Amino acid sequence: MEPKSCSGDGNPSRNLHPSKPLMAANFLRCLSRIQQTATNSSVGSRSRRIRRAAYASMAYSAGHRRAWSWALLRKLRCRRVRPVILPRRPRIARPQVVIEIDRAEVLRKLVPGGTGMDYCRLLEETADYIRCLATQVRLMQTVTDSISS
Amino acid sequence: MSSRRARSRQSTSSSRITDEQINDLVSKLQAVLPEAHIRGAERVSAAKVLQETCNYIRSLHREVDDLSERLTELLATTEASSAQAAIIRSLLM
Repeated sequence: MEPKSCSGDGNPSRNLHPSKPLMAANFLRCLSRIQQTATNSSVGSRSRRIRRAAYASMAYSAGHRRAWSWALLRKLRCRRVRPVILPRRPRIARPQVVIEIDRAEVLRKLVPGGTGMDYCRLLEETADYIRCLATQVRLMQTVTDSISS
Repeated sequence: MSSRRARSRQSTSSSRITDEQINDLVSKLQAVLPEAHIRGAERVSAAKVLQETCNYIRSLHREVDDLSERLTELLATTEASSAQAAIIRSLLM
């Protein structure tokens, strides 16, 4: 499946991320698998698996194009039984001006990969991350509504 | 603001980050926040935008957690075939 490109503007009125169809397909596939295989596991572990599937489908649909999805993918893959070694992206040296912008520090911790980028990059990545997150939330809401109706 | 002075001081260095670039990025960020359509083109301070962004991201993370739990409960109590049907239905939406 060809991933849609993550352009800056997609549908500004709805704030949906352009890779929504891909995210939906990934997430629903994971859900299906969890539903089929998880009959013996606890509610807590199944909830964690679904949560993990949500972040994984976001990260996979954005792929390596975004620093936040790259960081998320690395974090997710490290937890697998057989870890896949991803090549390390070169860390961008933070210019002096960034250190003085303290209010961005909280944001850095919230956005995956936020600690390794300069202020401008952080702002860009945050906007894309938020759009993806919001799309994922809407997707999960739609699935929940579908199942409960 | 001292940070803006610091930025102009640093603008001659190789980073070349201009105030304009940063303002542009901040307004793009403001546009994805939930009340963007209410505010329209009204300029909000960068500090406020960052603060709201952090709050919004935290609330989105919480929503993902809550929806994951909700989905778990639903999938546990719903019969497999109707869950699959509902899942396929949402794909088609």
